[in-house]
Amino acid sequence: MSEAPARLRAEAEAQAAPLPPLMAEAQHLAATVILGEHGRRRAGMGANFWQYRPAQAGDDARMIDWRRSGRADTAFVQDKEWQTAQTVMVWVDRGRAMGFASTPQLPAKGHRARVLALACAILLVRGGERVGLGGQDGLPPRRGPMMLDRLAMALGTDQAEDYVAPDTTGMPARSRALFVSDFLGDPAPTLRAVAEAADRGIKGAMLQVLDPQEEAFPFEGRTIFESMGGTFRHETLKAGELRGRYLERLAERKARLRDLARATGWMFSTHHTDEAATGALLWLHTALERRA
Amino acid sequence: MWTIGPLGFTAPWLLVALAALPILWLILRAVPPAPIRRRFPGVALLLGLEDRESQADRTPWWLMLIRVLAVAAVILGFAGPILNPREERAGSGPVLVLLDGTWADARDWPARMDWAEALLDEAGRNGRTAAVATLTAEPTGAPAFTDAAAAITGLPNLSPEPWQPTAEADAAWAEALEGVEGGFDTVWIADGLAREGREDLLRVLEDKGSVTVVQAPRRIFALRPPRWEEGAIVLSAIRTPTGPALEVPVAAVGTDPAGIERELATATLDFEAGSGEAEVALELPAELRNRVTRFELPGARSAAAVALTDDALRRREVGLVMGAGEREQLELLDPLHYLREALAPNADLVEGPLPDVLLANPDVIVLADVAQIPEGEAADLTEWVENGGLLLRFAGPRLAASDLARTEEDPLLPVRLRAGGRAVGGAMSWGEPKALAPFAEESPFFGLSIPPDVTVNAQVVAQPDPTLAERAVAQLQDGTPLVTRKALGAGQVVLFHVTANAEWSSLPLSGLFVSMMDRLAVSSGGAEPEAAELEGTVWVPEAALDAQGELVALDTQPGVPGERLAEGILGPDLRPGLYAGEDRRIAVNVVNDGTVLEPARWPDSVRVEGLEAARELPLKGALLALAMMLLLVDVLASLALSGRLRGPRAGVAAALAGLLLVGWPQPGAAQDAAPAAEEPEAEPVDEDFALAATEQVVLAHVLTGDPRVDEIAEAGLRGLSNTLWQRTAIEPAAPMGVDVETDELSFFPLLYWPVTAEMPIPSREAYEKLNRYLATGGMILFDTRDADLGGFGTATPEGQRLQAIARGLDVPALEPIPQDHVLTRTFYLLQEFPGRFNEPEIWVEASPPDAALAEGMPFRDLNDGVTPVVIGGNDWASAWAVDEGGAPLLRIGRGMAGEEQREFAHRFGVNLVMHVLTGNYKSDQVHVPALLERLGQ
Repeated sequence: MSEAPARLRAEAEAQAAPLPPLMAEAQHLAATVILGEHGRRRAGMGANFWQYRPAQAGDDARMIDWRRSGRADTAFVQDKEWQTAQTVMVWVDRGRAMGFASTPQLPAKGHRARVLALACAILLVRGGERVGLGGQDGLPPRRGPMMLDRLAMALGTDQAEDYVAPDTTGMPARSRALFVSDFLGDPAPTLRAVAEAADRGIKGAMLQVLDPQEEAFPFEGRTIFESMGGTFRHETLKAGELRGRYLERLAERKARLRDLARATGWMFSTHHTDEAATGALLWLHTALERRA
Repeated sequence: MWTIGPLGFTAPWLLVALAALPILWLILRAVPPAPIRRRFPGVALLLGLEDRESQADRTPWWLMLIRVLAVAAVILGFAGPILNPREERAGSGPVLVLLDGTWADARDWPARMDWAEALLDEAGRNGRTAAVATLTAEPTGAPAFTDAAAAITGLPNLSPEPWQPTAEADAAWAEALEGVEGGFDTVWIADGLAREGREDLLRVLEDKGSVTVVQAPRRIFALRPPRWEEGAIVLSAIRTPTGPALEVPVAAVGTDPAGIERELATATLDFEAGSGEAEVALELPAELRNRVTRFELPGARSAAAVALTDDALRRREVGLVMGAGEREQLELLDPLHYLREALAPNADLVEGPLPDVLLANPDVIVLADVAQIPEGEAADLTEWVENGGLLLRFAGPRLAASDLARTEEDPLLPVRLRAGGRAVGGAMSWGEPKALAPFAEESPFFGLSIPPDVTVNAQVVAQPDPTLAERAVAQLQDGTPLVTRKALGAGQVVLFHVTANAEWSSLPLSGLFVSMMDRLAVSSGGAEPEAAELEGTVWVPEAALDAQGELVALDTQPGVPGERLAEGILGPDLRPGLYAGEDRRIAVNVVNDGTVLEPARWPDSVRVEGLEAARELPLKGALLALAMMLLLVDVLASLALSGRLRGPRAGVAAALAGLLLVGWPQPGAAQDAAPAAEEPEAEPVDEDFALAATEQVVLAHVLTGDPRVDEIAEAGLRGLSNTLWQRTAIEPAAPMGVDVETDELSFFPLLYWPVTAEMPIPSREAYEKLNRYLATGGMILFDTRDADLGGFGTATPEGQRLQAIARGLDVPALEPIPQDHVLTRTFYLLQEFPGRFNEPEIWVEASPPDAALAEGMPFRDLNDGVTPVVIGGNDWASAWAVDEGGAPLLRIGRGMAGEEQREFAHRFGVNLVMHVLTGNYKSDQVHVPALLERLGQ
């Protein structure tokens, strides 16, 4: 027991080690998007001026805008724009399949997924939203920058499974959700999760992060393909001959996800790790902003 | 050894392994390539996909072919293939390797040595003893047969000699070889020329054992000594065997005026088809002709292809001067008539007054009865003699009547003379006309026979002196000196105590007179020296030809008696070369007019082999290299096939493949190529320097070695660059200093060259670079910085230095800058070009003389070309100079006037750089009205 705190600390530091860079990268990425509050375009609770209206009974005397009232006979109060805080649940695939990077020059899919999710979270937190992490060892939605640190910490962990499906447990109804994964695993749990979420009024976006090699399948000759965790294996004598069928299946998978998104009112897009992350972030931002 | 056609195998049983190749093919065919393991997340999508072809992915046939070929190459390589394997010589017992070792061998002597070494090697392998001998060397007893390896070590000692063995020499060898106990086989590496005495030697050799002759079917050329025929040098060459029509160049080699040996003239010998001899006449000016030291057939590399020239070709120049007072006389009484007759065939004659003749600097000056020589001319004449001239004087009535050299010796006369001379055998005198006494041994005339009818009637008489006896070289029978001479400096003065005509003696009428002239080297005979002339003389070899035809200077050889020289048969005691006698040189050539070249004929009993077929070529290395290369190709191809050739590997593979392709045509040429690669290509230019100089416009100044001047020059160019940056579209980078010796100049549009008095003169290479720079559009601004170029700079040290530097430059004609020069209006309108000084005169390339003022134009129509140099002394750099902060560095003039001058200096700089960069753009504006008119404006 005596060594437990020390070990805990060491593990925590090892866990936290990738976080500052991750955080920094995400902050850097988030800095490319400038946004305001999620104004509701009507009067309500908020910080920004919306309109002046004559004071009515029930308005506090301290709410009267004396500068405006001085120019008229009636007293005016400032209406603020109604601002609501949304709850956004982020789910990032932390399976081993996401650890794939075809060349050392490219980031792993998982890294790109985390950076994008975290950057998106930063934007949301900056926008005053509540952000939570869905799935295994998830975090309940909270607001404020402290949440970002916790989020980053939670994102730093990996899962042992090859493919992980989205998890909707703990997602509040009518919140919004963001699923980032490669969606290469068994599609059934994903379909189920999205359908379930849609049933509970959760709208959201699915971002598929793929490595360019997964799109191209540039293999030839006799090859044994193994999944990252080694649980799946496929041997072929002519890899080049499989290319067409692989690409067909990939397109089919994407189409299926897109159909799902259309049916449930979600958004779906594919991002490749050899593209700039900014584009994907902008897409995420608009996707989550939509129909707020 | 097992042979197929020209190919032999040292280990033929290994070839059986070739039978295994089809099995290898089958095995390779059966085994599919090994799979690659790949981590790939997309595998989830692959699950359940079946391979459509159930068959294994087979290795493609061409890859297998490469592998099988590689294995085949290895098998063949280890089987020890040899191209053109040499046939084993059967036999046992001693082997004699006999070489002719003549000049005809010299050209391919190394090949003969290789052949001899191969023979000895083989003898060593077969356990035979061996001996090597060259026939041009004298036999030292019977050759000793030793271990073949020991005989090989003796090979480098053998060298060809520039002669052919005589019949006696061959006989001596035959005798020596006959003395060998027991039999031996002979391999005779022959030179291919027929000669006498060979048959006897061959007979002896055949008695002893088998004889094999190795001889190259090669054409042999020889050049005969040049002949003098009707004002031209006739060169003839012979060849054997005769063959088709052939053009052979022949070169006349001699020293040029700088003393460097070079080809002075060339001609072509046209051999007609089937003809063994060709002739060409070469007409050379006397000056050139006298420089020729030898004729040669370039590239023949044999002593016979070189014909040395001696004095026979050299036509001596003789100046003839007659006593003053042109008197009307019969031609036969002309003092010079007999001299002319004697000398004209073999010498060029110059006649006239002494000063004119001296100007021609002849080899010999003949003064016929000249008594008084004016003071100045005497001094010149003395100097000429001291420099090696031969002054030949004849007596006569005037010399006899004069008081010359009565009491003391005249420097231009060998002896003192008595007044009046003497007459013998005349009507008024006692005694008979005197005949000549035989010449003494030390006399240059020694050995000449004296015709009995040569008599002397009158002569001038030498005063008895202690030196008289040694100075007299010919005497009358009564002992009075007839010819005297003395050395004077490097030359000599000779006095014939008789007249040059037949007035005083009959000597000029006789053949002896011509011979005496010849001996005195007044006329060098055009003909070969007669044996009689050579008798009793000793000739010192000065230079000898070796068998390859190289002339080697000699100074340690003993003299050769004239008789031996006359005999003309070459041998160890008479090598071909140049032999110096007392006053002339004789060339002994390998080939003379009687030489006949004929191919050697061998009896049928002798086996004759060619020299060329000798080279056997082991192919093992090449085959193994081929196998390696095929395997490398296989590696690359397998990688490419299995999809592993991607990313950085592909680059490496491409490089390897490129290397293969380049190396493919000649796998063995790597060693040969290595030195070629080391050869410097062009001049290596430092890349950083080149980049810095070319990324932007860079003004440059020449480093003078004076740190202060260089500093000012750099600051000046910095200031000018700033000005250009601020005011014009030219945006130069920081200026650079260049060293004309080491730096590449062509990057810079303008070189500013401050001239200092101590600046070293550029080297030859630097001049070449500078001239190239000027010729290809560069400009140099020379600044003597002395404000004193008005008088064109002779006064100051800088000006003189500039002249010294510019001497090596290809500078066109210059003129002071004209009012309408384009420099006055390339950017600013200027009429003066001040720097720190304001001297009006700066010099630029002269405008073409036909440049005319166009009508209605302020300027002349001077279009093409940027002036390559601008020369001035206004110290512009000082006026331009700014410090790091951009503030002027030096004071110019006084107050605002000085600042104005600085401004104008900057304007001049702007104009100058504009001129360099835009050429004569402004000058072309002369045409603007015409162009506008043409455009219809």
